[in-house]
Amino acid sequence: MNFTLKIWRQRDAHSKGEFKEYKVTDISSDTSFLEMLDILNNDLVHKGEEPVAFDHDCREGICGMCSLHINGHAHGPSQAVTTCQIYMRQFADGATITIEPWRSAAFPVIRDLVVNRNAYDQILQAGGYVSVRTNSVPDGNAIPIPQADAEESMDAAACVGCGACAATCKNGSAMLFVAARVSSLAKLPQGRVEGARRAKAMVAKMDELGFGNCTNTGACQAECPKGISIAHIARLNREFLAAKLAD
Amino acid sequence: MGCFLTNSSLGRKLVMSISGCFLVLFLLFHMAMNVVALISAEGYNMICGFLGANWYALVGTAVLALGVLVHFVYAFILTWQNRKARGNVRYAVTVTEKGVDWASKNMLVLGIIVLLGLLLHLTHFWSKMMLVELMGQHTNDLGLAPTDGAALIQYTFSKWYNVVLYLVWFAALWFHLNHGVWSMFQTAGFANATWLPRLKCIAKLISSLIFLGFAAVVVVFYVRSLCGCCGGCC
Repeated sequence: MNFTLKIWRQRDAHSKGEFKEYKVTDISSDTSFLEMLDILNNDLVHKGEEPVAFDHDCREGICGMCSLHINGHAHGPSQAVTTCQIYMRQFADGATITIEPWRSAAFPVIRDLVVNRNAYDQILQAGGYVSVRTNSVPDGNAIPIPQADAEESMDAAACVGCGACAATCKNGSAMLFVAARVSSLAKLPQGRVEGARRAKAMVAKMDELGFGNCTNTGACQAECPKGISIAHIARLNREFLAAKLAD
Repeated sequence: MGCFLTNSSLGRKLVMSISGCFLVLFLLFHMAMNVVALISAEGYNMICGFLGANWYALVGTAVLALGVLVHFVYAFILTWQNRKARGNVRYAVTVTEKGVDWASKNMLVLGIIVLLGLLLHLTHFWSKMMLVELMGQHTNDLGLAPTDGAALIQYTFSKWYNVVLYLVWFAALWFHLNHGVWSMFQTAGFANATWLPRLKCIAKLISSLIFLGFAAVVVVFYVRSLCGCCGGCC
């Protein structure tokens, strides 16, 4: 298969970026999207040009490190998968593919397609953890947790913090990420204890870092590689408002 | 408390939610009131007389104006912050994500159309009714009594361009409420996986009810004006 790639090239955070066009030829349909970029980079290195910088790590759809905006979609055209799980057979032969970095003021471009997602780490550091003593691992079923609660918590815990939600949101809002973190802990007894403090601290940090206000478009849910539901945002709203009203 | 309603993103959204809820309740009341005009002109004029330049109607109008003001001021503040958060460089390729309503991404534009429609409506009705009473006059510039709302409706919607403008206004309102009604519950935390689809259905029902109620009055009075020659049989 042959493709024309329109890729955002930017030397560093302070430089002005622009799109550059590249041709890749004889790509197997079973090549993954990131492998296709590897092939392109190999060609560029052989030509003495700068390879395209892009984020990746596990390449197994687990870590969420890959972060490309492909043809208008965060993580490409498929639903509920990360970029590394996109294969070239999903594109038409001869197609032009536009590849951009996450666009959000809170995620500045470091180089080419790599953005700084440290803002999410800062939000997590503000309260996305359990600090009460939980001691060693208890016996199975020692703490009864309803199945529905455990499932809901695990659904929220599937968030990998890739940033697709804020990158997709027209408001640059990180609500789905914060909601997933708050929700996954709020549904379990160990996390419930600090629910109020956590919601207030994480929302305050999110606001401080300049993320936008959620307007419930649901675009984040549609593009999330882990299928996190905006129902978790309602829980975050509940947790935060209840905590503030109790102050 | 006052602090989090202005300083926190979730607090600001709560203000939008509560003020929006208040405006939806008012719209339901106003729509129900308008529908009376279809049934009985005397009944409608009785309501107009009840809601004339009385202290409770004036207080209600002031509270309503405050609700509209708060909703719009917060909408502009939130939009300004959201544009800042989005950054200066926009995506070269954009798509409509699966399951995302067009209205949800265009609430400010729809809101501005609703506001313009409101200004037109105030010019057509409020300035010829309550304002005339407040100024101590007994007739408005059309020569109608300020409490003769039914005659004013008949006059306004006998003109086709007013009918078109009002229907466009109601359509914008329908789209705005279609997203706004369920969104206000979500923002206030009254939603979960089970209730989200139900709330979206309720939002469609409420917005359609409001649209149909308002639109029916406009259309029926226009049709009546067209067949005035039949002696008012319809």
